Amino acid sequence: MKIFGLKRKDLLLFVVFSAVVLTSRYLFAPFGAGYPDLLQKFAIYGIFALGFNILFGLTGYLSFGHAAFLGVGSYTAVWTFKLLSMNPVPAIILATLAGGVFAAAIGFVSLRRSGIYFSILTLAFAQMCYNLAYSVLTPITNGETGLQLAQSDPRVLDVAFGRDYGAVLPPSDLFGIVMTGYSGFYFCAVVLIVCFYIVIRLFRSPIGLMLRAVKSNQNRLDYTGVNSRPYTLAAFVISGMFAGLAGGLLAVTDPLAGAERMQWTASGEVVLMTILGGSGTLLGPVIGAGAIKYFENIFSAFNEGILNSAFSFLPETLQHIVVSVSSLFVGEGWHLTLGALFMLIVIFLPGGLMEGFRRLRNLAVRLFGPGGGGSEPKPETT
Amino acid sequence: MSILSVKNVNKSFGGLRALNEVNLEIEAGTVHAIIGPNGAGKSTLLNCFVGRLDPDTGTVDFDGKSLLGITPHEINQAGVSRVFQTPEIFGDLTLHENVMIPAFARRDGSFALNAWRRVKPRGPIGDKAIQMLEDVGLGEKANDVAGQLSRGDKRRLELAMCLIQDPKLLLLDEPTAGMARADTNNTIDLMKRIAERGVTMVVIEHDMHVVFSLADRISVLAQGTVIAEDEPEKIKGNPKVQDAYLGGAHL
Repeated sequence: MKIFGLKRKDLLLFVVFSAVVLTSRYLFAPFGAGYPDLLQKFAIYGIFALGFNILFGLTGYLSFGHAAFLGVGSYTAVWTFKLLSMNPVPAIILATLAGGVFAAAIGFVSLRRSGIYFSILTLAFAQMCYNLAYSVLTPITNGETGLQLAQSDPRVLDVAFGRDYGAVLPPSDLFGIVMTGYSGFYFCAVVLIVCFYIVIRLFRSPIGLMLRAVKSNQNRLDYTGVNSRPYTLAAFVISGMFAGLAGGLLAVTDPLAGAERMQWTASGEVVLMTILGGSGTLLGPVIGAGAIKYFENIFSAFNEGILNSAFSFLPETLQHIVVSVSSLFVGEGWHLTLGALFMLIVIFLPGGLMEGFRRLRNLAVRLFGPGGGGSEPKPETT
Repeated sequence: MSILSVKNVNKSFGGLRALNEVNLEIEAGTVHAIIGPNGAGKSTLLNCFVGRLDPDTGTVDFDGKSLLGITPHEINQAGVSRVFQTPEIFGDLTLHENVMIPAFARRDGSFALNAWRRVKPRGPIGDKAIQMLEDVGLGEKANDVAGQLSRGDKRRLELAMCLIQDPKLLLLDEPTAGMARADTNNTIDLMKRIAERGVTMVVIEHDMHVVFSLADRISVLAQGTVIAEDEPEKIKGNPKVQDAYLGGAHL
């Protein structure tokens, strides 16, 4: 049976994924994550990590400069808002294309090397883009302040269709639906689902097989009559387009683009997301992106007062000790929690959270027999 | 008709003359063995055929086209496949995928943007790959991960990966090195079957049992020079060859 060109197992995964994404508003509410700003971030960084995984997960080429494409996407989207229309569709299309063009240029040069040299080249290019955006190209990027909308923007298409926003700074809107709050989230969610579908198709295609072969043994691939360079470049460009799209969506939900979005820490973050979730898996990067954005928002919001009340059942002296230790890991210090979590994952679950789920499932099968837990979608490694 | 023609090939590494005026003609449809003591330049010569090394001087022509200065994947696309001394396979992928990759490379050329079609395990290429795995005796392991195979099985897998491309010329670098006797005999039978299909083969081999059961013609390389080239029976009796092999008792 084949629907949408997917095998049954993939189809099941896709349907469950779509259902979870579309109902996440209710599903994640018990965990304190059921509000639109955070859900938007889940979806957008999920797209970013999905794209990164096409390059890193399949070919093993570790790019340390993917934030550059995210930033390019954001700037492109904001310029599209300013010049053409506040409608998000042209903005994200152009952002995707801009990400792809930049990726083609940077990838063409960087892919001449592999391993650590490739990583350093991409890092260098991304830092160049960051510095260009921050200072040199101020007329285009508005430097330190970041690129913003202005009332005086031409918005040619909007004017041509007779839309007048009056004397306010307009938000992005899709034919009248304002792209903030839940409508903004659902827009991102639909894009995420489309991206997930594209990624499944890509993973199962001959190109996906070739890219995995690049990771496994590039030397053999060359002697097998395959020119690996265009394959890796294609992977690089596609993942750059995903990053550009994610950057565009960031601008759609909040029409502002700043240079810090291109900084190397942002490039590092997507590496963490992918490895945390499980690189080379279909679902892993999205889960990793969600986990990191969740920790960023939830743990950084904790303060001593919350901890005090959480540990109030302890005797007072013990409570003080526990609170003073654990307060290091929340609020400003949430990076410590993230670092510790990341270390634990890399040491004990090199395959990321996806490997953890797989081990749990195997354990469940062993304990309760193959009959139990059959309704859960089985995550595939590749 | 000669399918591979090597003329006056020289190759030096620093002061070491690895190949010295090597001339070689490989006839189409034959099994041509290259033997010689360690360090004689056998692997260097093979590397000059597949684009891994460029000789300093001389020509290497395959099917009337020069193989020098073009990339390994172009040489493969021209019809030359190679089995390496240490098996080069895709260790993270299944055996089935390992064999499908070269089949895709043969069908689609060195690059094709096939992002929207699905790899079908039961399609024409998938079936052909299974057939090929069965041919080399790995049919039952088709869905195992290739990295876990024994060394002998890895080599058989690599052979299957080369054979599915229907190469005009198959290069084998010590195909039985490190194999147990039984495995060696299986490999010899397999290669005989391949030779019967008319695939031209160049075999580098230390094991004289393998060489004399397979080869139609033998070239002996010593210190970078071809010191003899003839039919197996005549090579056996050649005093120069026996000399090169330190008394040559095992010939």
